[in-house]
Amino acid sequence: MPSANLLKSIDYSVLQQCMHCGMCLPTCPTYVETKLERNSPRGRISLMRAVADGELEVSKALSDEMYYCLGCLACQTACPAGVNYAELFETARAEVEQAQVNDGMQRGFWRWLSLNVIFMRPWLLRVIGRVLRIYQSTGLEKLMRKVHFFGLMPRSLAALEPQTPHISAQFSDDLIWPDEVPKQSRGYRVGLLTGCIQDLAFSNINRDTVDVLLANGCEVITPRSQSCCGSLHAHNGELELARELARRQIDSFDLDNVDAIITNAGGCGSHLKTYGHLLHDDPFYAAKAKQWDKKVKDIHEWLVQIRFRKPTAGAGVGEVTYHESCHLCHGQRVVSQPRQILNSIPGLVFKELPESNWCCGSAGIYNITQPEQSQKLLDRKVENLRQAGVPVVATSNPGCHLQIANGLRACGSHPCHQVTQPVTLLAQAYRAEQQA
Amino acid sequence: MNQIEATFIQSLKEILPPDRVLTSAEDIVPYSFDGTAALKQRPGAVVFPLTAEEVSECVKLARRNNVPVVTRGSGTGLSGGSVPLSGCLVICLVKMDKLIEVDEKNLTLRAQSGVITKEIDDAAAKVGLFYPPDPGSMKISTIGGNVAENSGGLRGLKYGVTRDYVMGIEVVLPDGTLTFLGNKCVKDVAGYSMKDLFIGSEGTLGIITEVILKVLPRPKARKTMLALYDSMDAAAKTISAIIAAKIIPCTLEFLDRVTVQCVEDYAKIGLPTDVEALVLMETDGHPVVVEEEAAQMMALAKANGARDVRAAADEAEGAKLAAARRNAFSALARVRPTTILEDVTVPRSELATMVAFIDSVAKKHKLQIGTFGHLGDGNLHPTFLTNERDHEEMHRIEIALEEIVDETIRLGGTVTGEHGVGLAKKAFLKRQLGEGSYELMRNIKQALDPQGLLNPGKIFDPRN
Repeated sequence: MPSANLLKSIDYSVLQQCMHCGMCLPTCPTYVETKLERNSPRGRISLMRAVADGELEVSKALSDEMYYCLGCLACQTACPAGVNYAELFETARAEVEQAQVNDGMQRGFWRWLSLNVIFMRPWLLRVIGRVLRIYQSTGLEKLMRKVHFFGLMPRSLAALEPQTPHISAQFSDDLIWPDEVPKQSRGYRVGLLTGCIQDLAFSNINRDTVDVLLANGCEVITPRSQSCCGSLHAHNGELELARELARRQIDSFDLDNVDAIITNAGGCGSHLKTYGHLLHDDPFYAAKAKQWDKKVKDIHEWLVQIRFRKPTAGAGVGEVTYHESCHLCHGQRVVSQPRQILNSIPGLVFKELPESNWCCGSAGIYNITQPEQSQKLLDRKVENLRQAGVPVVATSNPGCHLQIANGLRACGSHPCHQVTQPVTLLAQAYRAEQQA
Repeated sequence: MNQIEATFIQSLKEILPPDRVLTSAEDIVPYSFDGTAALKQRPGAVVFPLTAEEVSECVKLARRNNVPVVTRGSGTGLSGGSVPLSGCLVICLVKMDKLIEVDEKNLTLRAQSGVITKEIDDAAAKVGLFYPPDPGSMKISTIGGNVAENSGGLRGLKYGVTRDYVMGIEVVLPDGTLTFLGNKCVKDVAGYSMKDLFIGSEGTLGIITEVILKVLPRPKARKTMLALYDSMDAAAKTISAIIAAKIIPCTLEFLDRVTVQCVEDYAKIGLPTDVEALVLMETDGHPVVVEEEAAQMMALAKANGARDVRAAADEAEGAKLAAARRNAFSALARVRPTTILEDVTVPRSELATMVAFIDSVAKKHKLQIGTFGHLGDGNLHPTFLTNERDHEEMHRIEIALEEIVDETIRLGGTVTGEHGVGLAKKAFLKRQLGEGSYELMRNIKQALDPQGLLNPGKIFDPRN
């Protein structure tokens, strides 16, 4: 068993920064559910600190607690003292993985297959995507559902089946040229991150992102067959693999020759902006990673920063509400920009969603690892959408997009029947200008 | 360590279902502290009753087994009042969270102890009513904790503190007796005002399980203003002038120079960093009166030497002006790993003297102290920015605190305006109270809790 104690070696002031005032409690979805301190941010930090102080063993119970946490980072928004919970939480998950307190054969196998194999190999991920697409588009999926094939599977696995994302017919590389030049340049050149799930299930949103950038005078560079950004690995205790993926991402762009690296998935963006910390010990990459962090911009953040052009045509929608991706609002503090974009679209009537920044339960792979708690949060989200009573909800992260779409589909009749994204609506508005 | 006995745990599980009795390390380590810096102690067990009867059964059991009991709400206290004793039983009331009744005819609200303070005011607001006490932690603090600590807030000058809104309490006494003190009557002189004994008793005399609160009609309008000063004296003079003009503002908050600088570093809201004091003022009530008072307050601020005075046109602008005050604690808390929030309070007329004294103490002992607080009621929050692992600096803080406490008492003030004595202020209590009243308090504790089971060692040491 490896002897290095990650929580002991972490900069103690990060742990100590928590003054246990409790202001995070009412914003933590797991604490609000159970009202138990161990299910709260300050409770979890106290457990981490107890491990760092040698007062608590790394146990199965500790591991369970770290995986019960959504990692939504709502606590970071609420924290008066600016505790870096993301770093603590990733370190704690790495600690419990290293201590191997949680290992069962099955869990180990699935973790290895997904984290070490599939999400480390962009070509393999896309091959799987192609196969899944064939399965979904040939009617085989419908047939399997019709004959209740999934009834034969363990219930936990069968429950996940409807959540499988619908795979796009074409991936980003088929839709986006490696270098696209705007008709009227404003002198900006940006790199585009196409993501992994985003690329498989929402390549159209990547296309929309390029169109919106072009319409705002940005040249767009899109490297081929991109890797996973490593957020999945970092959030699941595999920091070494996350570092490897970070180096690959950095290598795929010529950082000196782009003004920004654009990400359009909230969850990825939040992680992409922390490569500097992740690689701070790496003699070759530390400086590059710092430069990288400065250049990574969420699409909404970038558009507002360059004073994007307000469209003159509408997007064909009326009332729209907005669900905030946790890692966009809490992780990246990008709160007003997506709203500004929605409000800029002629004819669009923006209406706030109650609890818009409360996690929808998607939370990376949380809906797979903690289906019960995930479902409770999804129900809460669907209910809030009902309260809003608006036909369209926009969001900005593939996980949230899939989760909410699944939630709405499952409840049959619901006033909200369309899930979209702010960039898609903006791209539609720009396209409508052309047709007008 | 005083280990809790297995048989005792077993008996607890006969009173409460096992999932409401926590004993494993992972479950109870997070109950080792409250919101107070540098204090922690692991309890023996944590239980979650849902009813006053269950609380009573737990207390009776603890009494039979001679196990000390510490009551806790959300654990946001700032004087160590709910920090456990090693191996004690923690009775956590957060699951007693039923809001029982809003009585519009009698202007009262009845709730179990574990209801969150903000939910109390939200429930009142739904029917146009108002629960004024607004401690800084109101989004998560429990009403039971507020009553047990007699919490304050920003509206002290005009609206008073928690005590002024408590009409009745249900309480479990140290022997397990369940009783109700007070009622919905505005007038009630039937015997001693027993409820008042328990308000602010910090869990040492009984466990409050339910409260009846007074609520008020909600003010229809509010106006926010911000004034900047080159001297603390000028700020203090403005406040005296406002009160002399027979205006009682609902908010009179100030930030000193260090705090303003930290806020600007953190929140970048465009504040000049060379001001000596920033004052946030609000008046609320009937719209016409509010307008008139606001104009008067601004004129008085200018006449008394304010460098700049601004008034918000609407709620949104008001929120912008209030941003500096709202960010004060956050801004200070980020500067160093440990933040020690103090709570000394002086008569309003001595406030400028006290702020200057704190400033001189900081310079003398080479410490970072940001002071902010409530100008209207003289309640100051000198905030020490430090690192609890730097023992040498912590020692200097101790000396500085001694000096601040002595000066507070000399000026006729109190060592704690709204945080309570708990563990943090215990050493100073006798100095402030004097022998007579200190012993009177201990006699009361002795009479109600002869076994010394409820929150022993808080406020004062137990008698042998």
